[in-house]
Amino acid sequence: MLQLTRTDWLTLVVMLALLILPPVFLWTGNEFYLLLATRLVILAIAAVSLNLVLGYGGLVSFGHAAYIGIGAYAVGIPVYHETYGGFEAVAGYGAGIHILLAVVISAIFALFTGAISLRTKGVYFIMITMAFGMMAYYFFLSIDEYGGDDGLVIDIRSEIPPLNLDNPLQLFMIAYVSLVIAMIVVKTIVNSRFGMVLQGAKGNNERMVTMGYNTYFYKLTAYVISGAMCGYAGALLGNFTTFVSPDMMGWSRSGELMFMVILGGATTAIGPVMGAAGFILLEEFLSSYTIFWHLPFGLILIAVVLFARGGLVGLIKGKGK
Amino acid sequence: MDYTLLIVQTLNGVQLGLLLFLVASGLTLVFGILDFVNLAHGSIYMVGAFICASLTFVVGNFLLAILIALPLTAAVGYGIERLLARHLYARDHLDHVLGTFGLILVIDTSVHLIWGPEGFAVPLPAWLDGQVEIFTGVVIPTYRLLIIGVGLAVAGGLYWLVNFTRLGMLIRAGASNRVMVSALGIDIQWLFALVFALGAMLAGLAGMLISPITEASISMGGEIIITAFVVIIIGGIGSMKGAFFAALIIGLIDTLGRSFLDDIFKLFMSSDAAETSAPAISSMLIYILMAVILAVRPQGLFPPKVR
Repeated sequence: MLQLTRTDWLTLVVMLALLILPPVFLWTGNEFYLLLATRLVILAIAAVSLNLVLGYGGLVSFGHAAYIGIGAYAVGIPVYHETYGGFEAVAGYGAGIHILLAVVISAIFALFTGAISLRTKGVYFIMITMAFGMMAYYFFLSIDEYGGDDGLVIDIRSEIPPLNLDNPLQLFMIAYVSLVIAMIVVKTIVNSRFGMVLQGAKGNNERMVTMGYNTYFYKLTAYVISGAMCGYAGALLGNFTTFVSPDMMGWSRSGELMFMVILGGATTAIGPVMGAAGFILLEEFLSSYTIFWHLPFGLILIAVVLFARGGLVGLIKGKGK
Repeated sequence: MDYTLLIVQTLNGVQLGLLLFLVASGLTLVFGILDFVNLAHGSIYMVGAFICASLTFVVGNFLLAILIALPLTAAVGYGIERLLARHLYARDHLDHVLGTFGLILVIDTSVHLIWGPEGFAVPLPAWLDGQVEIFTGVVIPTYRLLIIGVGLAVAGGLYWLVNFTRLGMLIRAGASNRVMVSALGIDIQWLFALVFALGAMLAGLAGMLISPITEASISMGGEIIITAFVVIIIGGIGSMKGAFFAALIIGLIDTLGRSFLDDIFKLFMSSDAAETSAPAISSMLIYILMAVILAVRPQGLFPPKVR
């Protein structure tokens, strides 16, 4: 018989609340909270993708915001060219081409940077992934045609008939379904033979190598999957904000993604989702009181690192099962 | 190519490199001995600039302000070590990164609260504000020469400190085997705090030196810290010699790339293509260099001897 653990219950409750509350907010006239929930769910997809490498793979990627930016530009640039001409090869309003570009370019970027980054380990890996993220940041910053520093307004959302992304509830539902699929994909990967090798390499790389596994290949594959997934989240975020700028891919954004994973609890399915929720709600709550909200926010972040090692999931799960 | 411009830009590159070295040396020192990743190092650089800027207006003399601001910045570093860093030494690098990421938010917002959101211009004394002609036709600002001089003096001073003093001996010993140093009766906590404060002071000095050129601003910390990390990755994390050479290489490549890459590109592509691609490539140049170096030597150019 199916035996649900405390963490499984937590996952169910959180995911159900996330499904039911936002439409209720919309119908009671609080559209703002639906939009907040949409941003939350999209960032949760990014956090879930980061958790695959950071949590299960032990690969502390400090450059994951780059994929969000790549994904959002993969929507912005085709729309820009379809509207204003030029660059026929990518121009278009269709969601298909946007998502394809977001996922494929993110995967290629992850393949190249991962191939170099994974030759290093420990703190070198953290810093080199951060530097590659900044490389992508400066790349988009220096292209004047796409707005450079000012960013690019996405005039028209991706077209995906019969759906309409201009409808906030439909956009939310697409994001929500994507999140559920992302969580299932990560869960399936983690529980597969592939995922076992990945987690084994996190625990003791030499042991796995001695057992005959090419752990470099496993890590690189996980890194590429994670990057592609995060790029997809970026395409959704571009559609949500209808704006993309290099600021979305700066290193502090990558730091925020890492914080979401740790705040919620790495190496759990629901952790990154709860982390993203905690992050967004805390940000919203604090910034409604003061423009200096980064001060208490930073203090809370420090407190989480110092005292709450299992994250939110660890707090709720407690010592029992 | 314009040779006067080449010489001037080379000197600018050296100056940038030496400033980067001041920041990176503190980072690499703290990492080498404490095994601690300090993202907030750039914020200390920024705090140093603001303290010095305020003091310049209070005491009316830039150089005197630097002398007073240096121990103050060291005290800030000491405070960070006592309150936060010390509790994270035993943790993994991920916790270091997140903890100091939080610290950046705290420091940056505090500076915003104290000094306001605007930048803070720092006036130079008249005798530093002029220009000198170093060769016929090559004129550069006196102040940039001063930065180069100070940078080289500090680099020499650090070399002497690390290689020829008792403190330097403890630092080298601490970097190669921390446990053994404390077993030999050295107060390792005191040594750690001292190293942290020294690193903070060096970063602060860099911030103070650059503030008359760029003015003190809140965003300056975030801008330099990434480049400083690239420097210590290329140099080999923990290696002072590596930090020095990598800083100079990065300073030169970044400065020369920004001014001459379009000319170089025009040699083999259309001038249109050169003008669009050169800014994009030059802003990524140091990262491309880093990628190439790490692809060949994953531990950097001068990896320190392992503990």
